[in-house]
Amino acid sequence: MPDTLLFAIEVTLNGLMAGVLYALVALGFVLIFKASGVFNYAQGVMALFAALTLVGIMEGQVPFGHLLNVIFGTELTTFGWTLPSVVGILLTMGVMVVLAILIEKLILKHLVNQPDIILFMATIGLAYFMEGFGDLMWGSDIKKLDVGLPQGISDVIDTTTFGWFGYGFFIDKLDITATVVAALLVTVLVLFSQYTKQGRAMRAVADDHQAALSVGISLRFIWVLVWSIAGFVALVAGIMWGAKSGVQFSLSLIALKALPVLMLGGFTSIPGAIVGGLIIGVGEKLFEFFIGPMVGGATENWFAYVLALLFLVFRPQGLFGERIIERV
Amino acid sequence: MNDTAVTTTPDGRTIGGVLMEMKHITLRFGGVEAIKDISFDIREGEIRAIIGPNGAGKSSMLNIISGFYVPQEGEVWFRGVKRPPMKPFQVAKLGIARTFQNIALFDGMSVLDNVMTGRLTHMSSGLFGQALWWGHAQAEEVENRAKVERIIDFLEIQNIRKTPVARLPYGLKKRVELARALAAEPSLLLLDEPMAGMNVEEKEDMSRFILDVNDEFGTTIALIEHDMGVVMDISDRVVVMDYGKKIGDGTPDEVRANQDVIDAYLGVAHD
Ligand SMILES: Nc1ncnc2c1ncn2[C@@H]1O[C@H](COP(=O)(O)OP(=O)(O)O)[C@@H](O)[C@H]1O
Ligand SMILES: [Mg+2]
Repeated sequence: MPDTLLFAIEVTLNGLMAGVLYALVALGFVLIFKASGVFNYAQGVMALFAALTLVGIMEGQVPFGHLLNVIFGTELTTFGWTLPSVVGILLTMGVMVVLAILIEKLILKHLVNQPDIILFMATIGLAYFMEGFGDLMWGSDIKKLDVGLPQGISDVIDTTTFGWFGYGFFIDKLDITATVVAALLVTVLVLFSQYTKQGRAMRAVADDHQAALSVGISLRFIWVLVWSIAGFVALVAGIMWGAKSGVQFSLSLIALKALPVLMLGGFTSIPGAIVGGLIIGVGEKLFEFFIGPMVGGATENWFAYVLALLFLVFRPQGLFGERIIERV
Repeated sequence: MNDTAVTTTPDGRTIGGVLMEMKHITLRFGGVEAIKDISFDIREGEIRAIIGPNGAGKSSMLNIISGFYVPQEGEVWFRGVKRPPMKPFQVAKLGIARTFQNIALFDGMSVLDNVMTGRLTHMSSGLFGQALWWGHAQAEEVENRAKVERIIDFLEIQNIRKTPVARLPYGLKKRVELARALAAEPSLLLLDEPMAGMNVEEKEDMSRFILDVNDEFGTTIALIEHDMGVVMDISDRVVVMDYGKKIGDGTPDEVRANQDVIDAYLGVAHD
């Protein structure tokens, strides 16, 4: 096989795995948007916040340590423990649930029946608040996140593919793990929404608020539930991203890539979020590979947005979004 | 009639004591008084109709009973106790189910799934319970499923069980909505214009279903209709509303003979 083709295949595979992470963040957006019609700008920051909290808890970092030290002249830094990642993840999930409850109590509850744009603005506020709050709580330095996931280039794939094609593919084990975890996560979510009482209630609320109320569903409970699940998805995305490139504040920016993913996949479609994520992941890697050199590179910064723009022109409802038919 | 008297209808059904009582209800939207100091009761086992011209305040009354609207004045009594202000989902849990004038179904779901949501108030297993007691949750699911299938058979919608409701014609949608409300096995069933927009044949079917539900399950039914004819045939007692006021209350015959009602329906000038 010609080398370029093999190389393109490798780039595609890597793109697919980058796409998995986009898809994860996009999935969080879709869940909340479907259930409450809220476009949650803070989804990316939630991933960052979850990752920060996880590192902080696992390493026994004293929350608000810097602030406390300034005020009380103490020198607190750590509690001196290191927790296993399972414990850390469970505790962080607890924090995300508390966060969901607070968001419902302090924001959503007061904005019911407000126009969507108001709720959207509220989530922008939430995003900046959480970014600052995360900074204050855990500090702004780049942190290493190690939950014991396999890392590094997979030798097996390298040697196997070398044996087959005379060209070894470089695939990061972490990317493979991320793909498997994401697939598991989506499977669990689908099972949950199809086969549990709460899942059924969630789908009902996503479909029609009035009808949902009439069959005895508490909207506020469902909102807390959905934001908790979105928090869980954010935690998974945060772990993967953090393990890959360290936990840093730019994570919330990368997460904005979920926006073009949503334009592609449609804001209300879970399969759309996944396929959209993969298309953007692969598309931007291949584009960078083939076209990048001709235009001076760095196409990954804008490719996704241009692709989404083209999509908006030709298929505004996205790949899987419900068709928009104007009622006349 | 007093509160506990048990009576028997001409067709042999038993009407029990007062199940729900509305006392001096007043509801305003801004400056508009949609309901003005209305009182009436609903007895156990009866079919109670609320009729009146468009805009009379009928839907608003039903919305108050089901917790969607909160009246500025008045009290709602259920099973002999004054009901505190409640959210619609809490009212549903009391065993009060409803349909809407402008059909509110879950368009993304099949008929079967729509009707299954009617069972939500009967599903006990919590979030973690379901994960830990998978077997129990499954048994519950099977039991609920069986109840739902019975209702689907009862309303003769077996052949569309798997159809997404968005694809159904209007008349069938109304029937699915009724099925979902029935799935809750309500003690009080509220129907907002169950026959509106239907042709004669569909209206007859719906009338028959309403009578059968009341007869077979003993369900108390309060229904709204602005077509006098149909309503007079199927209801035990009728409240007549006009411009937010109650202008008549009694058996169909009594109401038909009431001069205010005749005036309202013949369009005699209001003053
Ligand atoms: N949510 C609402 N907001 C403002 N006005 C309302 C609302 N619901 C009903 N109304 C008003 O209350 C009055 C009674 O309406 P409604 O109860 O729907 O009458 P009906 O069902 O008898 O046709 C109408 O004037 C209507 O415009
Ligand atoms: Mg009405």
